Amino acid sequence: MISGIIGRKVGMTQLFAEDGTVTPVTVIKAGPCVVVQTKSAAGNDGYNAVQLGLVEDKPIKLKNVSKPMLGHFEKTGGGVPPTRILKEIRLTSEPEASIGDQVKVDVFADGDKIEVVGKSKGKGFQGTIKRHKFHRGPESHGSMSVRAPGSIGQSAYPSRVIKGTRSSGHMGDARVTVRGLTVARVDVENNLILVRGAVPGANGSLVVVKKS
Amino acid sequence: MNRLDNIEQTQIRENIPAFQSGDTVKVHVRIQEGNKERLQIFEGVVIARKHGGARETMTVRKVSFGIGVERIFPVNATVIDHIDVVRRGKVRRAKLYYLRNLRGKAARIKELDTRNKDAAKAAKK
Repeated sequence: MISGIIGRKVGMTQLFAEDGTVTPVTVIKAGPCVVVQTKSAAGNDGYNAVQLGLVEDKPIKLKNVSKPMLGHFEKTGGGVPPTRILKEIRLTSEPEASIGDQVKVDVFADGDKIEVVGKSKGKGFQGTIKRHKFHRGPESHGSMSVRAPGSIGQSAYPSRVIKGTRSSGHMGDARVTVRGLTVARVDVENNLILVRGAVPGANGSLVVVKKS
Repeated sequence: MNRLDNIEQTQIRENIPAFQSGDTVKVHVRIQEGNKERLQIFEGVVIARKHGGARETMTVRKVSFGIGVERIFPVNATVIDHIDVVRRGKVRRAKLYYLRNLRGKAARIKELDTRNKDAAKAAKK
């Protein structure tokens, strides 16, 4: 059983339940995906996984597919047309799926616990307050350390800053996994998964939904 | 947001009448007491409608025992049994936050004259 799927974040909305509660949900247009390659622990790869390709409404033009990729898709026996996106899903046991199999959102059911991997929104170069949740300094009485990081270490010994000290720098635009999310609803007809809560990344960005 | 429209459409209520800022409405809210359910009416002036689609909200303001009370309802919430439009108001803006600074006679809203519209509607039928 393949326990993951590739999708794109569509946006957020609300669901109203009959008992009056409101659920904030993120809509993910996931799949359909196609199995491009299988890897097994017994074989050359040494681990169990399937490689999925995201089948989009507008498939990639053949002239835009690079030659190495074309060769990779030819290995499927010509049954799978090239896709823009390939992602690997690790499996705990030998893959039962064979090349060319479709993976749809029906691998998930309402109430399933999932984790979502995405790429967070880029925030640019940010200070320590936004990036690491540092406290700010006093704002009045002549204070000049309003958003300064404060002390970053000791004095003559070691007379350097310890490696890994949290500092200002580039924030966001990094791979983020959110675990413990719940599936609020699955729409098999329109290939949609509605996840309770927020999911990393901008609308339209790529996400991988996995069972946890 | 067109991509979300399909999902939001499934959440939108059909028995919500058309109303806008300045209208006086009666919002019938379902209240659970123990295992009994009853309807509570919140009557007041709509001073704002915000957002759109399924996430639309309305702000209803009333003056209760001399104290201004505002409640923000999601228009499509399931806790709302139904909404009655009591009175149409004649206002010149969409957000009537200025009413918060007014009290008594100054906080009144002129009634919208819908006689011609109603007559035209009746004639069509």
